[in-house]
Amino acid sequence: MSFDCGQPSHIGGALSIVDILAVLYGGISNFDITGRKNRFILSKGHGVLGLFSVLHHVGKISKEKISTFQKNGSEFIAHPIANHALGIESSNGSLGQGLSYGIGIALSYLKRKNEGQVFVLMGDGECYEGSVWEASITATETKLENMTVIIDCNGYQNDGAIGDKMNARDISKKWRGFGWHVIECDGHDHQRLYLALNHKHKNKPTAIIAKTTKGKGIKFMEDNNDWHHNRLTEKLFDEAMNEL
Amino acid sequence: MSFNLEFEFNSKEAKQWSKLGPRAMYGQFMLKMAEECESLMVLSADLGRSSGLDRFKAKYPDKYLSVGISEQNLIGIASGLAREGHKVFISSFAPFLSMRSSEQIRMNLGYMELPVNIVALGSGVSMAFLGNSHFGLEDLAVMRAIPNINISSPADCGELGKVLNDYCYNSRGPSYIRLTGVPGSPIVYENDYNYKFGIPYEINKGKNILILATGSIVGQTKIALEKLQEFGVNPSLYNIHTLRNKCEYILNLIKKYKIIITVEEHSIIGGLASIVSEVIAQNNFRGKLFPIALPNSFGPTGEYRYLLDHHGLTGDKIFTAIKEIL
Repeated sequence: MSFDCGQPSHIGGALSIVDILAVLYGGISNFDITGRKNRFILSKGHGVLGLFSVLHHVGKISKEKISTFQKNGSEFIAHPIANHALGIESSNGSLGQGLSYGIGIALSYLKRKNEGQVFVLMGDGECYEGSVWEASITATETKLENMTVIIDCNGYQNDGAIGDKMNARDISKKWRGFGWHVIECDGHDHQRLYLALNHKHKNKPTAIIAKTTKGKGIKFMEDNNDWHHNRLTEKLFDEAMNEL
Repeated sequence: MSFNLEFEFNSKEAKQWSKLGPRAMYGQFMLKMAEECESLMVLSADLGRSSGLDRFKAKYPDKYLSVGISEQNLIGIASGLAREGHKVFISSFAPFLSMRSSEQIRMNLGYMELPVNIVALGSGVSMAFLGNSHFGLEDLAVMRAIPNINISSPADCGELGKVLNDYCYNSRGPSYIRLTGVPGSPIVYENDYNYKFGIPYEINKGKNILILATGSIVGQTKIALEKLQEFGVNPSLYNIHTLRNKCEYILNLIKKYKIIITVEEHSIIGGLASIVSEVIAQNNFRGKLFPIALPNSFGPTGEYRYLLDHHGLTGDKIFTAIKEIL
């Protein structure tokens, strides 16, 4: 998708979440956008290349559709546009908004005694947004045990490395301090992710602090923030595909 | 009063409601609505008491949530609930909602069209001594620029009931309901009347001059109208209770008049005066517009009555201004 469109796209932060999404959709699954089942919100909207790929693999989005990625007039662009039929829960792109929205859904589930967990995926850089912490308070005050947040701690944001008070350990402390049940795990270890994503804590929302590698899987992209938003040449594309 | 597809009231209720004021009445109306609306959810950001919701909170704890002082969070949670099919009403002071959380409104209500009803308390200068931090001077300008959001600006408490009822029982999409006025603000509708979403209400059919007013200032304009009639002038007066992105109804109204006067408790930038100017300019009408509005500046604070007088928005001052125009 990224190479085909000939445009720069958010590759690094999509690759850092692919394992998380693979376990969610492959292992936890039972996602049904019509409700009463698990729900997923990609609050870090710029990771949407990862989501499109996974939704394609589970048969929600056709190849024809995703091949329009970042082409003029396409609805498959750099940030998700809500499309419930295709399994895209919400429109995102402006950071720090997915958690509050997810809380609304999770509260409704509790009121209606619906089974199912609401998963919200955010970035470590996104945690600088004040609205994230507003929401985190409501989630604990309402004892939202059907809410799981996953923080993709890839260590980078747009302009480079995240600040020294926002590393995975400090982010864990913050979520714990806000009253969440915190699970730290390697964000590329499928077994650990599976256990963490299946965990439900009584009377508390769960935050999974997933230590990840930006650009995971492609050597020249790993921990190289030039690939936060960049364009693949044919040579680099071939090199990347050979590695995968 | 009874809620349902038809919301009606009598003159005794109109008088009683006017004494209580729009904020208290919002809470009362929600209390009544909860009896009939199973999926209702009422949210606040620590301003439940200021929204007249104390009784609601006590009687319907399952339908009420205060998220604390976090307006951005409030919009997101309300949107998630609306996505699940709840009828959602939320309230806070006008600038906190329309400006502090305007991007949340843009994404959730505008872009995703989630049908949340925002009740903006104390707009205009009705927050009196609380000052400019709490005044709703620019909220119409901000909300009007975001696509897909209906804007309602009820003229009195009876109309507030009509507006809330209409949004509850019809699928109109997201809305911003702007409350102006205080307990004791003039009653516009002394008896029940026929409210139609989006259609201006004709208060007086006159000649040559058209006055358009919105919000509780319609009541003051009605006083000015009576004075004008005593003075021998009979202008038309309409209550513009719905302000939408597309204002085709305004176009139909104004094309017959050469003198158009707008009266509003909002900045001269972006509110009713702007809507009407755009319609005049874009349709090549020859009508001349005389706007009566708040200035584009932060003014003094004081009692509501003092502020209305200062800004030329009392019945007397509106009468004098219009007389001078003529």
